[in-house]
Amino acid sequence: MNRASSVKTSLLFVATALACIVFADLEINTQHPWRELGRMALGAVTPNFLDFGVLVESLLQTVAFALVGVSLGGLLGFGLALLYHLALVRVFCAAVRSVHELFWALLLLQFLGLNPITGLLAIALPYGGIFAKVYSEILEEADPAPLGALPGGSGHVSAFFFARLPDVWAHIISYTSYRLECGLRSSAVLGFVGLPTLGFHLESYFRQGQYSQVSALLILFYILIATLRWWARPRLLPFYLLGALALFWGSVDISMENVVRFFSEDIVPAPLRNAEGLGAENLAALGGWSWSLLMGQALPAVVATLLLTQIALVGTGMITLVVFPLVSRKFFSRPARAVGHGILVVMRSTPEYILAYIFLQIWGPSMLPAIVALAIHNGAIIGHLTGRHADQLPSRPDAPRGLNLYGYDILPRVYGQFMAFLFYRWEVIMRETAILGMLGIHTLGFYVDSAIQDIRLDRALLLIFVTALLNVGVDALSRTIRARLRLSRTPDVT
Amino acid sequence: MALFKLEGVSAGYNGKEVLHDINLSIEAGERVALVGPSGAGKSTLLGLLYAQQKDQAALVPQDSALVRSLSVFHNIYIGRLHHHATWYNLLNLIRPMNKEVEAMLPILNRLRLEDKLFTRTGELSGGQQQRTGVARALFHGGPALLGDEPVSAVDAHQSQVVLDAIRAGHETVVLAMHDISLALAYTQRLIGLKDGRIIFDRPTRGMQASELDEFYAPSDEGGFVLP
Repeated sequence: MNRASSVKTSLLFVATALACIVFADLEINTQHPWRELGRMALGAVTPNFLDFGVLVESLLQTVAFALVGVSLGGLLGFGLALLYHLALVRVFCAAVRSVHELFWALLLLQFLGLNPITGLLAIALPYGGIFAKVYSEILEEADPAPLGALPGGSGHVSAFFFARLPDVWAHIISYTSYRLECGLRSSAVLGFVGLPTLGFHLESYFRQGQYSQVSALLILFYILIATLRWWARPRLLPFYLLGALALFWGSVDISMENVVRFFSEDIVPAPLRNAEGLGAENLAALGGWSWSLLMGQALPAVVATLLLTQIALVGTGMITLVVFPLVSRKFFSRPARAVGHGILVVMRSTPEYILAYIFLQIWGPSMLPAIVALAIHNGAIIGHLTGRHADQLPSRPDAPRGLNLYGYDILPRVYGQFMAFLFYRWEVIMRETAILGMLGIHTLGFYVDSAIQDIRLDRALLLIFVTALLNVGVDALSRTIRARLRLSRTPDVT
Repeated sequence: MALFKLEGVSAGYNGKEVLHDINLSIEAGERVALVGPSGAGKSTLLGLLYAQQKDQAALVPQDSALVRSLSVFHNIYIGRLHHHATWYNLLNLIRPMNKEVEAMLPILNRLRLEDKLFTRTGELSGGQQQRTGVARALFHGGPALLGDEPVSAVDAHQSQVVLDAIRAGHETVVLAMHDISLALAYTQRLIGLKDGRIIFDRPTRGMQASELDEFYAPSDEGGFVLP
């Protein structure tokens, strides 16, 4: 890739972020931020497992929602991947995956109520959209030769299962298990809107200042994720699914009345709700309603979301460049790397939402907690990938050491891949930035959440639509920049 | 009535013609070898012939075209996918039926694959993979077999075993081959291709391998060298 253009692009992004900082609200609003931090730190080193029943129950629920939600998403995505050549299917998938799990959950809650179906669909829908895209790309990579050698009249289904699927099956499994880890984080965060997963208990412990219980819950969650590859085996999946269904059994209760009202009244824009037909007067009212919502809420929220995203993106990059040597063979010996891995696992296993929630308790509502949370979480993810990439580079025996090695040898060589990872993360950071608004930062999520609390679902829907458009736009922009810098595609980073 | 018939056919990829004005007729029961330098258009010609008789002909493509993550059993079973209902095929994918294994046994024994039956083909040696590709075509059981260098990766002794099996299993055989003496020993008719054209088409009876030396000798662009 072109060295000069990657440096120029980086400087452009850093300059943008600096400009954004001027306009961003980075105030610390709490009176005694460090005292609160001290109490949390004390809690972190004195985990309290006495509430064991509650801890286990919340972890079981988290796992159950993740497993069933991701499995449903996988099935949906697999079916859609087979139809991915249809433009309609591609548009549908892009639409469902541009809306964050938490927004899905907020919407579904309004008409399905607080029951497992809400949580499962909130995971399955966006994940299904992502699975469809990635599975169809994986299936395209299958070796075409065996298909050409099939006897005439083999039938499409037999041909698919014998000559196409087996070739890419291992790849599909490994991608799906990677998404299961993401699903566990999504599932944990769904607790913040009231589902019985980890986030629910985390929030209530936080509210009561029980930081030792918070610490215990998070430690168990890290163990769950760190041991994923031993317990999440495809063969055990049927048993897990049965167990999860047993856990959900009996709690599904959907009121058709709510469903009907949601679609026929709640989400209909207010000016049209009691209107007869679509006369010029009603259309004008609709126009005024949309204009005031877009100008009064969507525009400032989009600006805040973009500011925060750009700062968080550069913050993520900076954290990455600092942490990736911690896990690279080029810089540290095995025991030191083990410590580095431990730190990175904790950083990346804690969902941005939970990190932001914690920092918000310390610093109060401003963009600061969100930026730090996003930079830590995403920096650890990209740091892990970049470190692994650095290990694959050939090294010469007379290479310099320490900072000289970093600056003159490794950094220039991993920089292109680092940028590729970062641009892939851009859309994810944007999606999360919008969502973090639900914690009180004035990004899109804030206005969506307030609209829902005011039971103005028509407004919430329009704002979610704006968020989705923003995500699609950033995705397209990042694709263009990557193409211009000719950065390679690595499918396991989405 | 000819089993394969091409009249004035040209073919190519992405607008670049690799076969020009081919006229060819192969009767049922014939055993034919296609010879010629690499890039002459042998594989493309085999592809055209296969397209004519997809239901009748089994194919041994170049590099065997195995599904590397499936076992030898499944790769061979693929030869008969068209004989069975989809549900039966899927059942065999999940759990190989004894009936099918037994039906394969003579082929497996002949090609020395019996101890590899449930090994993934990706783990086999090049020669074993090629024999699996041939076994798939033999299991197909159609009256014709089209093979693209089916013995290029096996040793001299195994070449004879494989070619004997092909001759015994199919009445009509068309093979692209680079080993002229094997071609002379196993086929009745020799078709020479060069630069996308048929240069000669003659019976193998009484022919010596050395007669073709000139055919393979480098020639001027577009110059035809007849044996």
